[in-house]
Amino acid sequence: MSWVGSAVKRVEDPALLQGKGQFVDDIHLPNMVEAAILRSPYAHAKVGAIDASEALALPGVHAVIAHADLPTELQAQIPLLVPNPAIHYPVMQYVLAKDAVRFAGEAIAVVVADDRYIAEDAAERIIVDFDPLPAAGDFRAALEPGAPTAHAERDDNVAAAFSQAYGDVDAAFANAAHVFREELFQHRGAGHPIECRTMLAAHDPVTDTLTIWANTQAPHRLRDVYCRMTGAADNQVRVISPDTGGGFGSKVQAYPEHMAIAAAATQLGRPVKYIEDRREHFLATHQERDQLWDLEIAVDADAKILGVRGKLLHDSGAYLPWGIITPFISASTTPGPYVLPTYKLDVTCIFTNKVATTPVRGAGRPQATFAMERLMDRVARELDLDPAEVRRRNYVPAAAMPYAVGLTFRDGSPVVYDSGDYPACQAKALDLADYDTFRAKQEAARSEGRYIGIGVASYVEGTGLGPFEGATVKVTPGGHVIAQIGASAQGQGHRTMLAQIVADRLGVTPEDVTVTGGNSADLAHGIGTFASRVTANAGSSAHVAASNVREKILKIAANLLEASEEDLDLEGGRVFVKGVPEMGKSFGEIAVVANGMPGFSMPDGISVGLDDTTYFKPERSTYANGCHVAEVEVDIETGNVAILRYVTAHDCGTIINPMMVEGQVAGGVVHGIGNALFEWMRYDEGAQPTTVNFGEYLLPMATEMPTIEQTHIESPTPLNPLGVKGAGEGGTIPAAAVIASAIDDALRPFGVKITQVPVTPEYLLDLIAQRRND
Amino acid sequence: MTDRMTISLTVNGDAVSREVSVRMTLADFLRHELGLTGTHLGCEHGVCGACTILMNGRTARSCLTLAVQADGQSIDTVEGMADGDDLSPLQQAFIDQHGLQCGFCTPGMLATITELLNTNPDPTEHEVREWLSGNACRCTGYQGIVDAALAAAKTLQGKVP
Repeated sequence: MSWVGSAVKRVEDPALLQGKGQFVDDIHLPNMVEAAILRSPYAHAKVGAIDASEALALPGVHAVIAHADLPTELQAQIPLLVPNPAIHYPVMQYVLAKDAVRFAGEAIAVVVADDRYIAEDAAERIIVDFDPLPAAGDFRAALEPGAPTAHAERDDNVAAAFSQAYGDVDAAFANAAHVFREELFQHRGAGHPIECRTMLAAHDPVTDTLTIWANTQAPHRLRDVYCRMTGAADNQVRVISPDTGGGFGSKVQAYPEHMAIAAAATQLGRPVKYIEDRREHFLATHQERDQLWDLEIAVDADAKILGVRGKLLHDSGAYLPWGIITPFISASTTPGPYVLPTYKLDVTCIFTNKVATTPVRGAGRPQATFAMERLMDRVARELDLDPAEVRRRNYVPAAAMPYAVGLTFRDGSPVVYDSGDYPACQAKALDLADYDTFRAKQEAARSEGRYIGIGVASYVEGTGLGPFEGATVKVTPGGHVIAQIGASAQGQGHRTMLAQIVADRLGVTPEDVTVTGGNSADLAHGIGTFASRVTANAGSSAHVAASNVREKILKIAANLLEASEEDLDLEGGRVFVKGVPEMGKSFGEIAVVANGMPGFSMPDGISVGLDDTTYFKPERSTYANGCHVAEVEVDIETGNVAILRYVTAHDCGTIINPMMVEGQVAGGVVHGIGNALFEWMRYDEGAQPTTVNFGEYLLPMATEMPTIEQTHIESPTPLNPLGVKGAGEGGTIPAAAVIASAIDDALRPFGVKITQVPVTPEYLLDLIAQRRND
Repeated sequence: MTDRMTISLTVNGDAVSREVSVRMTLADFLRHELGLTGTHLGCEHGVCGACTILMNGRTARSCLTLAVQADGQSIDTVEGMADGDDLSPLQQAFIDQHGLQCGFCTPGMLATITELLNTNPDPTEHEVREWLSGNACRCTGYQGIVDAALAAAKTLQGKVP
């Protein structure tokens, strides 16, 4: 049988269910001290003298470290890792604020004490000489002439500007039967994993090595950034990402706090732990936040798309730690599953005095999907067509695969959809959702004064981005099968997924494979867990590495057993002559041969060790797709939106573990519903955050969430040996679009049109009231 | 006013006595003083529910409870749920129904569902969802958790799930 494709129970679960996980805050090192961070109360201010004398006088306080107390090489900005010529002002956050703070929550000083209680007491006693400056708040206002600038030394707030375009879009519009325009404000909140950011740094003076335990999604990158800033060699620094309580993008970046805590540990010669609290997470962990789309669509008389053009404003926040990746992904996701002959989007990225924005689950794609799907719904409404039919008329047909869209993706490769059947995907979703019978149901509900509606939305998602991810597969003389990857997990079930892949190649069970990940010392190189890329990259690497180990086992065994390789089989940790299990060798015995005998030459043609390290390098991104259908009921008196049904048809290529894919989709959808209806990180005009706890910022809870009904299509990609695409973000991407579509449909009697997410009750009641007054 | 106090309580069936700072939370007491790190802190303001434990069989937020308030009480945490290596029916249901991904909210979910099944052995899906309204999960979309609660209810009642 094949383990790949089976709903194998997760190897991660037993420990986590018994409280035996090892999260960073669960690690307690001898002599360890704890840190609190003094953060700016101002959105924009000059920072003058810092008086820490009262803090230092408090018993149990060991150090207060501000900018000037850092080693010279860390008195610097975090490097920009993804430069782009479109960036006007590549400004990054200092490890600790130098002479200015540019968002409320920016780190100013690290206080180290016996425990966190004392450290927080001490932080309150630090006196900072602030000189408040006018702040750039709303990103739209920040573009107005004379608006306060987020960086006092700048004349404007334009962080970057670029266009994504192909074809003669203006000619297409000139000849169109219909042109429709929408202005769409989109807010996306933050990742908000239940575990906030955590880090523990320990310097070993004997070997002059630094170990950082951090719940990072990119351990190698954190190591590399630290090395690049400090000049340390990469064998002097090890980053370990142990069990991690969710990420969703928020833990990808190498943050200033990582560097500051590492510096504190080195300086004090004691392990220093810093555990972010939720308020700090609201203030200082990157979010995705605001975009404004002003978009037009041109269609012919049959509702076939001729072109899309417009402008996108993107709120970058105060710094550009991930360059312009998010708006770039937005701009290259707009065409979606449709034949879009011409396209032009002008993008302006805007500085504001708010924490930086970097990708959150979906990474700019939900916004592009919302924009495009709102246009598709508009076309359907104006031409009085079924929304699903408008989409069918415009899908890229399966026969057109591979399909070159005409754009360049963020990895620099052309956007080429490698496989997929978008019409079939929609058909499966509509079928599961009983789309055809909905109108009768809707009519019956309306006769009872209930407003129910159905929405449909499709998306295409670039996943499995390069450049590479690595895996080592090895068999020890004790017969252990071990797989190591560089990428860290935040709950996705990497260990189970990799164990299934390796088990298939080596004829063992997933329980026989020990998988580790997220330790920068295990593999020389790594990129990280984001962009739904680990299964496609690390999974493929493990597949190839295990295949290479398999070949080696066969080669050595053929020699030992005097049989030909074709006559051998692998099962149960043994290699043996087919049909004669007793004529065989255990993996351990093979490993002993492969590891060599002291003083003897290696056997002919046998390389050293029963192991293989492979870095799979995809040629380009692979494109997953899906179609969602939602049924909602709107209470026109309260503005409440109840989700009655939610259906997904999802295509992520070959499925390794259907149970885990469904878990990813369900979790992703609920994150997307949060964005559609609840989650709003708000700031006032002066850029002061006003939602800094879970009472003010609403997460989707079990009570409001529907059961996610799922169906799947598998269109394997030719771009990796497993045929897999990413599954981590597809659930989120079309959720806001499909909810908006369903609300519009429910409120058709009022002619309501959603042009904003989240759709709050206040917003919805305003729309209904406006239409009633019209 | 003294800032330290000696407390005596029962944790997972074992008697425990410790001198603690009066401002120490019960969560920090369990995690740092007793090394029971299975109880997790997600928001430290009583909303996310990750730190939920059972105090005298009733759920409580260990982030909003002071250690001194647990004096004389009986506390149950995730570490006490399994019988040696044998998982409880609820823990097993979480594996079978894919009720966890990152596992960070899980201990709080287990405590909350334990109280539910003790008070309402055969809940409907709606009742389970209402009961979980004080526990946030960011990974699963709640589906696997709800399914696990329903499956555990059936197992505990001797029905085949």
